This record gives sequence, structure tokens and C-alpha cells, in this order.
Amino acid sequence: MRYSIFSLARNALRHHENWPLAWRSPAPKKCYDAVIIGGGGHGLATAYYLARDHAMTNIAVLEKGWLGGGNTGRNTTIVRSNYHLDPNAHFYEFSLKLWEGLSQDLNFNVMYSARGVLNLVHSPADMDAAMRRGNAMRLNGIDAEFLSRDEIARRIPNLECSADARFPILGGMLQPRGGTVRHDAVAWGYARAADALGVDIIQQCEVTGIRIERGAVAGVDTPLGFIGTPKIGIAVAGHSGHVAAMAGLELPIESHVLQAMVSEAVRPVLDTVVTSGAVHFYISQSDKGELVMGGDLDFYNSYAQRGNLPIVEHVAAACLALFPSFGRLRLMRTWGGTVDMTMDGSPIIAKLPVPGLYMTGGWCYGGFKATPASGWLHAHTIAHDEPHSLNAAFTLERFEQGAMIDEKGAGPYAWAH
Amino acid sequence: MLLIPCPWCGPRNQIEFTCGGDATVQRPANDAPIAAWFAYVYLRDNPNGPHDELWLHSGGCRSWFKLRRDTRTHDILASARIDDDLATIAGARK
Repeated sequence: MRYSIFSLARNALRHHENWPLAWRSPAPKKCYDAVIIGGGGHGLATAYYLARDHAMTNIAVLEKGWLGGGNTGRNTTIVRSNYHLDPNAHFYEFSLKLWEGLSQDLNFNVMYSARGVLNLVHSPADMDAAMRRGNAMRLNGIDAEFLSRDEIARRIPNLECSADARFPILGGMLQPRGGTVRHDAVAWGYARAADALGVDIIQQCEVTGIRIERGAVAGVDTPLGFIGTPKIGIAVAGHSGHVAAMAGLELPIESHVLQAMVSEAVRPVLDTVVTSGAVHFYISQSDKGELVMGGDLDFYNSYAQRGNLPIVEHVAAACLALFPSFGRLRLMRTWGGTVDMTMDGSPIIAKLPVPGLYMTGGWCYGGFKATPASGWLHAHTIAHDEPHSLNAAFTLERFEQGAMIDEKGAGPYAWAH
Repeated sequence: MLLIPCPWCGPRNQIEFTCGGDATVQRPANDAPIAAWFAYVYLRDNPNGPHDELWLHSGGCRSWFKLRRDTRTHDILASARIDDDLATIAGARK
């Protein structure tokens, strides 16, 4: 059923008792033309674009838990494309353009809100870096505007902009088209749209092994039995290393925990996304009214999907340094997601050395905003057995070749990016 | 919170420490093939379970030491001085 004002009105008259299920839950077939491992945003997007753009509809998405129960449901919902290096800038800008039309594409309101993403500048060095990045963005056709301190103080009245602030604000780089997207809706929208094109979405079906015969992919083992396929796409960021190891591959990735947290819900107090590199902090207000905040990794390897209190304290302290008036709010919930941290801070969307095996992963802090482009390019790579020009740089081999895409220049320390 | 047993100072709050990553990677010989250097610099076992790590007691005695920690639960299983063998202290890992 197509969602519209008419379907809403029709179902309202029937007390909303007759809405059809948004997607089926079929039993897996014996074999598929492609199997996508991971039913988060990236895996579901991969399946949707494979079916829509590449006429591959005999495919399955296998999810060990429930749709969007991993990092798709655990991020701070920010989308932006304010990157400096060309491969990242072009990739994330492509993703932002897909976000802009996604609700119409999927016939599902993902609540893309172009409320702007502001990076605060606190020092002359910050100013140089922001100008360099902003100019690089504009050369790549991406929107970037410099705001003075006075302009920021006018736009965000509760931000601490006085000269004697703990972290004085000298200005900020704004990407007006950046903003937020309803994260759960992304998983649900892609799942519904992929299902409508014939994709089988199979939840609570953990892949326990990848079978390789005569040097190429033959299928996957699951608790529901063996599923044959000549093409496997891995979209399990957080656990990429663990799944790739089933095919005998070792990746330049460590799994770390990244925490996020929300305050209690309040009336609208913040209508943009504010970030600060100096204190590594980002904040926005959800439509429910919670202030959604995040900061650094916990800085040690973890698969636990929960972090520890020092980072919560750090995030709260950063919040109060920038927004003293939020000190009266209570923190309501904190949680953690397991993220793939690569050795250069950039993702891997590529063919893997085993024929028929592909992956999108290594998302570090940036997986959510990448979701549409990651799925689009992963699907393209799977269908054509070669990358698109937009993901040609995001190979697994770049580390061995010395062709790193290291936005921060932090070197081969996974937790440093 | 993690209560980390520094082999020199005893159990201390995690905020005194800095994690230095995987303790099992071994620097290859200077004339080792490029593949060995690639593996040393970039590839990590990244286990889902017990993980041997280097930690620095940066807010204490400033010594590096080894720690075995479970990445699923954050349980701390053993610690050892930097030149001691964690495996003989805590039992074989694999």
C-alpha cells in the first residue's frame, strides 16, 4: 500500500485497525542471487538499491537480531557532508543528496530536517582549520558558510558566547543543508521499500559461517540452514572483522564503543546541530524534545554496546561549558554502539579478496549519515563486480598500498580517528 | 567504571589510565617482507572476548603494562608487568 493523505484518512475512519504489515517475514529460500548480511540501515539500503536499480530482486537480508537494532538505532541522527578530503567530500555529499529526496523515494517519512550543522571555532588554529575545510568544501560544490561570534550568539541564544567562556567562541563553520534524520524510520523505510520490490528480510537469523567452494563464495550457514548464493554483501559494521574472519580475512579494523545520551524532553530550545571539535561534543534536539548528545569513544576495544561513566561525565561537562543553562536538565538515558574503527578513519566499501564477497563497513563515527550512499554504492559494487568512481578509493587494499584517506592525519591508531 | 590493577600501584580508577591497544602485535625484523610490516601496522585480531592490551598508568606511575580484558563484558582478567608473559600468568589465551 502506498502511504498518502488518502490512505491515512481511510485508515483513520477505520480506527487504524487495518494497516497492512510494512514488510513480510518469509522463511528463507534455498538459494538467492545475493545475500546481504546485516539488517541495519546499510544492509537494507543495499538490498533496496540492488532491487530498484540493478534488477536483482531474488535477494535476502539476514539479520541476527531485529531491524535497525544495532548502530542504526544507536546514533545521534546527524547527517552532514562537511569533509575536507576529496573522496570523503564527494561520498558524503552524494549521501546528503540522497537524504534530501529519501522520503519521496521510499514513500516513508524519514523526517530529514535541514536544520544546519555548526562546527564551533574556539582558537586561531581552529579558525585556520575551519577556513581550510570550508574552502575545500566550497571547491567541491558543498555548502559552507562562516558565521561570526555575534551571528552565532544571535542564532543560538543559549550558547555561551561571552569572551570569558571556558571555551571562547570565535565563530563557526555552518553547513546549512546538514541536519538530522529520524534514525528508526530509515531502517523501516528501506525495509518496507525493499520488501515491496521482492527482497526477503529474515530477522533472528545469524550467519554462523561463510562457505567458500573452489575459491569463491558458495553461501552462508545459519541456524535456519544453509543458504546458497554466489554473492554476499557484508553490512555489519561493529562486527565486520568477526564476519570477514568467517571468510578467512583479517581487517585493519578494531571494534570500539561509542556512547550517546539524551536529556529529559523539554520544549524547543535548540533548532540546529552544534558541534565542537575542541571538546569533541555534538548536540541537537530531537522532535520529542530530548537533547541528544555524544562525544568521544571510550578508547578501548569493546563489543559490549555499553560504555563507562568517564565519557558520560566528559560529554556532560562539555555540554555545560557550551550551554550553561542546560545544567538544570537531567540526563535520561545513555547507551553505546559498537563501531568499526579503521586505521585511517575512513570506510571500506569494496570487493574483498574472495570472489563474490563484498563489504560496506569501517564507519568509525560516521555510519549513520552515510547510510543511503553506502547502500547505493555497495549495491553498485555487488551488481557490477567493480566499484563506482565514488567508492573506488575506499578499498581494503589502500592500507597496504599506502593510499590512506586519513581526514585527521592521526596515523594507524584505530581509536584516534 | 573499570577498576584496573596496575602491576606497580595496585587497583586504580580507569581515569588514571590510557589504553595503548593490542599487546599481541610483534614488530617484525627490519628486513622482513612488506606483508609482515603491513600486518604489524594495520591488521588486528580484534577478538570478541579476551583481549591482551597495553595500558599506560598515565595519571600514576607512568609505566606501561599488559592487561587482559574481555571485550564483551569489560571484565578484567589479569595484568602483568610489561616484560612478563601475560599468558603464563592468566593461562593460555587460545
